[in-house]
Amino acid sequence: MDVDLIFKIAGIGMVTAVLHTVLAKSGKEEYAFILTLVGIVIVLGVVVNMVSKFFDNIKILFKLY
Amino acid sequence: MDILQIVALGIISTSLIIILKSLRPEFTIYISILTGILIFYLLIPKFVQVINLLQDLSNRADLNIEYFSTLLKIIGVAYIVEFGSQLCRDAGENSIALKIEMAGKLSILVLALPIVLGLVDLILKVLP
Repeated sequence: MDVDLIFKIAGIGMVTAVLHTVLAKSGKEEYAFILTLVGIVIVLGVVVNMVSKFFDNIKILFKLY
Repeated sequence: MDILQIVALGIISTSLIIILKSLRPEFTIYISILTGILIFYLLIPKFVQVINLLQDLSNRADLNIEYFSTLLKIIGVAYIVEFGSQLCRDAGENSIALKIEMAGKLSILVLALPIVLGLVDLILKVLP
């Protein structure tokens, strides 16, 4: 059970939000966009791993070969 | 108590999503995917119990094991299709959700074909 993964993702989201605001306020819009993109890619990597494990478990549980 | 864990997990993720929705709405979908997966992991032991019971009952009733595994597969397809289509609907993509549901219905129909064929065979056998 990795419930802390939810908190990690929410934390990444909040940190990106804060950094995005700071970068946007200091006039670096393009860096702010890249930062959001990188955050999304990191989170997507974690979530895709979990989804693939989840699908494997469903395959085993419901005998969907 | 598993149910308390599940409800607490749902409440926590919902509040996190509400906080994030105004800041960075891109991240909310990942939290909801993860929450769905974690709730499913909490449900696995109960699923296994129910499936074992059903398998035991079908063994006692001397049913064909083929039918039971088909039933199990149909339940699995229905569950996974519902999971995916609800996620798409939450993210505001109704058309993709509808297409996933259509694919699910079609694959359930394909899974049920042998049973239909068996029914027709039985009817033909009964009829003179």
